[in-house]
Amino acid sequence: MYGIIRGMNPRRLTVIFFLLLCLPGCSSTPNQRGDENSPQQVEYIENKGSDTIVNLALAWAERYQEIHPEISISVSGGGSGTGIAALVNGTTDIANASRKIKGEELEAAIENGAEPVEFVVARDAIAIIVCPENPIERLTLEQISDIYSGRINNWQELGGDDRVIVRLSRETNSGTHVYFLEEVLRLGDDENKTLFSTDTLLLPSSEGIIEEVKANPHAIGYDGLGYVTPEVKTIAVARSPEGEYILPSAATVNEGTYPIARDLYMYTASQPEGTLLAYLEWIFTSEAQAIVEELGFVPVPVSDPG
Amino acid sequence: MTTRSTTLRNRFKLPETLITRLITISGYSAILFVVLIFFFLATEGLPALREVRLENLFSERWYPIEEYFGILPLIGGSLIVTIGAALLAVPIGIGTAIYIAEISPRWAREILKPLVEILAGLPSVVLGLIGVRVLSSAFRVSFDLPTGLTAFTGSVLLAAISIPTIISVSEDALDAVPRSYRDAALALGATGWQTIWRVTLPAARSGVLTAVMLGLGRAIGETMAVMMVTGNAPVLPGGLSALFSPTRTMTATIASEMGEVANGSTHYHVLFFIGIVLFLISLLVNITASAVVFRQRRRAERVLG
Repeated sequence: MYGIIRGMNPRRLTVIFFLLLCLPGCSSTPNQRGDENSPQQVEYIENKGSDTIVNLALAWAERYQEIHPEISISVSGGGSGTGIAALVNGTTDIANASRKIKGEELEAAIENGAEPVEFVVARDAIAIIVCPENPIERLTLEQISDIYSGRINNWQELGGDDRVIVRLSRETNSGTHVYFLEEVLRLGDDENKTLFSTDTLLLPSSEGIIEEVKANPHAIGYDGLGYVTPEVKTIAVARSPEGEYILPSAATVNEGTYPIARDLYMYTASQPEGTLLAYLEWIFTSEAQAIVEELGFVPVPVSDPG
Repeated sequence: MTTRSTTLRNRFKLPETLITRLITISGYSAILFVVLIFFFLATEGLPALREVRLENLFSERWYPIEEYFGILPLIGGSLIVTIGAALLAVPIGIGTAIYIAEISPRWAREILKPLVEILAGLPSVVLGLIGVRVLSSAFRVSFDLPTGLTAFTGSVLLAAISIPTIISVSEDALDAVPRSYRDAALALGATGWQTIWRVTLPAARSGVLTAVMLGLGRAIGETMAVMMVTGNAPVLPGGLSALFSPTRTMTATIASEMGEVANGSTHYHVLFFIGIVLFLISLLVNITASAVVFRQRRRAERVLG
C-alpha cells in the first residue's frame, strides 16, 4: 500500500483521499443482532403524563430496568391531563399527574370500566430563598405574590432594609415556574390572570438562582426544595397573615403544613398486579426515594421490604 | 519536449477536471446552504405572522406560555448588548492591533500575537462562568446596582469574545500596509502618531472594518455567555440606564425556549420568526459593511491611481 502511494503523484493522492472519505458511508456490515431468540420474554410497562414528573419517572425506569432487565418501561410526558386521558383509553399502564384526578376524569374512567387507583409517589415543594444578609425571615403567600407581580418593589415595605427587590425566577419552560405562577403568583385562583413583573430575571438553572441569591441582599428567588443549599436563607411561609409561618422541610411537606407544596401522583387503571405491582412497590423503597431527593423533590415515607 | 508535455497534460486531465469540479461544487454549495437555511427559516417562522396578531407580535410583553409574543424587548435587548460590546471592543481591539503592528518591540509582538490567538479560542461558556462568578458581583458592588446580571455585564463578555478577532484581523491588515507609506510620511516630517492616524490606519481601513464586522458578528450571534449573565428579563430598553439593568436577547430566548417548545405550535413559529429577524439584522450589517468597504476602495483607487 505504502509503495503504491509513494509512486503516485500528489494530485492522484488527493483523489484517493476524497474517495477514502466516502468509504465508511458505503460499507455496511450486517451486524444487527438477532433479538428474536433472546431467552426471556420482555414485559412492557407504559408510563405517561405530567411533564413535572417525567424526569423522575425516567430516572426510576432506568434504574429499575438495570435491576430487572426483563422489564422494559417506556416513559413519555405530555402533561397530567394527557396521561390520565391515556389511562382512561387504556393506552397506558401508569398515568403520572402533578394534580389529583378530576371528577369528570374519574367518571369517564369508570364508564370505560376502569377503577383508577391513586399513589402519592413523591412530593414537590418550592422554597422561597433570600440572601443571609437580608433581615426578612417570613412572608405570607400574598406578600410573595405582590413581590413577583411588581406591587411591592422595596424590601422596606415588608419591614426590611431600604433596598430595591430583585426578583429571580426559573425560565418559563420549567415546571417549577408554571407551578409557582399558578399556586403562588395567582394564589391558586384560575380566574386570576396576574403575570410576573417584566423585570423578573429568568435564570436558566437552579444553580444560577442560588449563586445570585447567596451573594445579593436585593434578591429573592424560589426553587425546588431539593436544590436549596445552606448558603441561602429559606423563608418561612404562611397562608394568611394570621396563620402560622412554616419553614419547608421533608417533615412539614409530608404533614401538609407547608403551603407551597403538592403531591405527585401515579394512577393505575385498576388494582395493580404482577409486574406493575412490583414496580410500584419498588417506587416506595428507599432506593427509589433516594432518586426523588436527587432530582430536587421531597421523598414520601418509605416502606422497605423486610 | 512539446509532445512530452502534451502527454503529461493528458495524463493529468481527469484528476484536473475532477478537482476543478469539486472546488466549483463547494463554491456553489455555500450559496445553496444560505438559500436552504433561509427557506427553512421562512417556512418555520413566517406562519407566526398569520398565527399571532401583529400588535401582539410587536408589543412590549414577552411571556410565551400565556400567549404574549411581544418581540420588541428581545430585539432591544440584543441591540443594547451588542452596541455596548461594540463601544468597548472597537477602541480596545484596534488600539491593541495598532500597538502590536506599529509600536511594540519585536519580543513583545512575539508574545502578544499567540496570546491573542489563545484568547480567541476560549469557549464562550468559560467566559460565561467567569461572568457569573466574578464579573456580576464585582459590578454589583462597584457600581452599586441592585443586581450584577445586566446588559453591561453581557456587553463586557461579548467585547472579550470579539476583541481577539478584531485584534487578529486588523493587525494583519495593518501589517499589509507597504513600508514605503510609513517611510514617506515620516520623511515628510509627520510624527509617529500622525503616521499611524493619517496614513497607516486609513490605508488599512477596509481590513480593519472587516475585522470589526467579524468581531461584532460573533458578538450578536453569541448565546451561552449572554444567557448566563444578562438576567434574561424581557424589558424594553428605554435609554442609557437600560445598559445597567437586566435584559433578554433574541439568541438567549431561542436557546432557552426551543428545547421545550411543542413542534409546530405558535410559540415554535414565533421562535423561528425571531431567527428570521436575527438573520435579517446580520445581513443588513454585512451589506452595510461591504458597501462601505467597496466605496472606500473605489475612492482609494482614485486617489492613488
